[in-house]
Amino acid sequence: MAGIDKARNAHVFTEVKMRKLTRLRTVIRKDWQLYSLLLLPLIYLVIFKYGPMIGNVIAFRRFVPGGHLFGEEWVGFHYFKMFINDPTFWKVFTNTLMLGGLTLLICFPMPIIFALLLNEIKAKKFKKFVQTASYLPHFLSIVIVAGMILQLTALNGSINVIVEFFTGEKINFIQQAEWFRTIYITSDIWQGMGWGAILYLAALTTIDDSLYEAAKIDGANRWKQTLHITIPGILPTIITLLILNIGSFLAVGFEKILLIYNPLTYETSDVISTYLYRVGLESSNFSYATAIGLFESIIGLVLILTANGISRKLTERSLW
Amino acid sequence: MQESIQYKIFKVFNVFILLVIVFCTLYPFLNVVAQSFSSEAYISAGEVNLIPKGFNIETYKTVIEDRMFWINYKNTVVYTVVGTGISMFFTTIFAYALSKRRLVGRRFLTLFAVFTMFFNGGLIPNYLLINNLGFHNTIWAIVIPGAISIYNMLIMKSFFENMPDELEEAAAMDGMNTYGILLKIVLPLSKAVMATMVLFYAVGHWNSWFPAFLYLDQKDLFPVTIYLRNMIAGATGGAATGATSADNLIQISANIKSVTMVLTILPILTVYPFVQKYFVSGVMLGSVK
Repeated sequence: MAGIDKARNAHVFTEVKMRKLTRLRTVIRKDWQLYSLLLLPLIYLVIFKYGPMIGNVIAFRRFVPGGHLFGEEWVGFHYFKMFINDPTFWKVFTNTLMLGGLTLLICFPMPIIFALLLNEIKAKKFKKFVQTASYLPHFLSIVIVAGMILQLTALNGSINVIVEFFTGEKINFIQQAEWFRTIYITSDIWQGMGWGAILYLAALTTIDDSLYEAAKIDGANRWKQTLHITIPGILPTIITLLILNIGSFLAVGFEKILLIYNPLTYETSDVISTYLYRVGLESSNFSYATAIGLFESIIGLVLILTANGISRKLTERSLW
Repeated sequence: MQESIQYKIFKVFNVFILLVIVFCTLYPFLNVVAQSFSSEAYISAGEVNLIPKGFNIETYKTVIEDRMFWINYKNTVVYTVVGTGISMFFTTIFAYALSKRRLVGRRFLTLFAVFTMFFNGGLIPNYLLINNLGFHNTIWAIVIPGAISIYNMLIMKSFFENMPDELEEAAAMDGMNTYGILLKIVLPLSKAVMATMVLFYAVGHWNSWFPAFLYLDQKDLFPVTIYLRNMIAGATGGAATGATSADNLIQISANIKSVTMVLTILPILTVYPFVQKYFVSGVMLGSVK
C-alpha cells in the first residue's frame, strides 16, 4: 500500500511541478519581451555585484598575484586571525568607530536642525536663496572638496588668518593628528547639511496645518508647536534615515580620507578602508585585505539588519 | 499673543544664523575664485580671502594652454556621456520590467537587486574582477562597474508603477509590443524622472575619480579629476612644470590648483541654477518609496 501511495504522491508531485513549469513557460512565451528586458541587468548584477561577493572567498584562501582568481589553497581563518592580532588593525578600527560615531552624533542631526530653522522662514525668495546655496557643495567632486580643505587649512589659508589674528600663531592643521577629526567632521557638515535637509523639508510640507491651528487655540507657542507637532511629524523620515546611517556606520568617507590624510595624521585619520587599501593595493596582500573588507561588510550588514529590526519593533517603521 | 516678542527675536536671529550658514557654504568657492585670479605672492602671504590681489590671468592661460589638461577634460566629457548613456539604458529596462505586476518572481528579483545596496564584494574582489575582465586601462573600467545605481532604479520603478495601466493596455490592444510601449508610450510620459536620473548619473560620472585612479595608469586616459588629484597630491602636473622656473614649485601650484578647480567646477556651476529643481524633485521622488 505504502509503495503505491508513494508512487502516487510522486506522480502528483511531478504533475504539479510540470503544471507549474508549463504555466511559467506560457507566461514567458507570451511575455518574452518583458523578460528579455531583464536579461542584461541580471547579467550585470551577477557579474559585477554578486561576482565580487563570491570573490571574497580569497579571504579564506591564499591568493598569489598572477595566480588563480580564487586563490591557491584553503587557509581557513588564517587571515582573520592575522588582523585580530594586528595592532594596526585595532587602531584603524577604533579610528573608524570614532569617525563613524562622531558623524552619527554631529553630522546626522544638522540637516534636521537646518530644516527646522529654514521652515520658520516665510519669505519665499530668501528661503529659496538659502536652499540653493546650501545644496551646492553636494555637487562637487570629492577631489575638489579635498582641494578646498587643503587650501583653507593651509598655513597661508583663510582659517589661519583668523587663528593668527587671535593667537598670533599659525597652525599646520593638515599635518597634525589632533586636528584631523575636526576637519573631517566640519567638511562633512559643509558638504551634506543642505542636501540632507531636502527630505526633511519635504516631510515638513506634509504636516497638516490644522494641527498648528488647534495647538494655537490651546495656547501652544511656536516652540511647543515644534516640539509636539513638527518633530513628531518628521519622525518617520528621521528614523528611516537613521537606520540607513547606522548601516553605513563603518563606511566612513573613504575617498575623502584617502585624499586628505598623510602619514603624519595616521594616528587619527587611518580607517579600516584606507588601511585595507594600503595593505591590498599598495602592498599586494590581497587575501589579507579581503579578509578585512569582508569583516567590515558583515558588520555593516549586521548593523543595518539590527537597526531595522529594532525600529520595526519599537516604532513599527522599517526599510522593508 | 504674549510670546510674539520672543518669537520675533528668534526670527531675527534665525535670519542671521541662516545668513552665516550661507556665507560659510559659499566662502570656499569664493576663496578659490579669488585665489585663481591672484598672484602667488599674495596667496602665500595669506592675504587672499574674498577679493583677488595682484590680479592676474596668466595662470588661466598656462592651464588652458596645457595640452594634457584638455585631453583629460575631454576624457571626462566622454566618460560622462558614455557612462550616463549606459546607466540610463540599463536602469530604465530594469526598472520597467520590475514595475510590471504580472512579472513572475518580481519580489525575488527586486530583493536580489536591493541586497546589493547593503552588502557588497569589497574593494579587493572588485579590483581583481575588473582586471581579470581585461578592463584595465580601458573606458569600460570607468563606465561599467557602477552602471546601475539600485537607488535610482527604485526611484524609476516606483515612478513607472504609478503610471496608469490603461494607456499601455490600449497600446497593446492596438498590437504594439512591449518594446514599442516602453519607447513610444512610457518614456515620453516619464520625461521628468528621466531628466532627474540623467542628471544624477551625469554628475556622478563628472565627479568620479576613484575608479580612474584604480584602473587607469596612462596619463592620456585620465579624467580631469585625476589631473587635479595629482596636483593636490603634490605630483607635478604638466601645467606646473610648464609655469615654473623650478624654484618655487609648491608656491606656484597653489595658484594653479585654484585655476584648475575653477575650470573643473565651471560646467556644474553653469548648469546648476537651471537643473537644480530636477535634483530636488528626484530626491522627493525617492522619499515617496
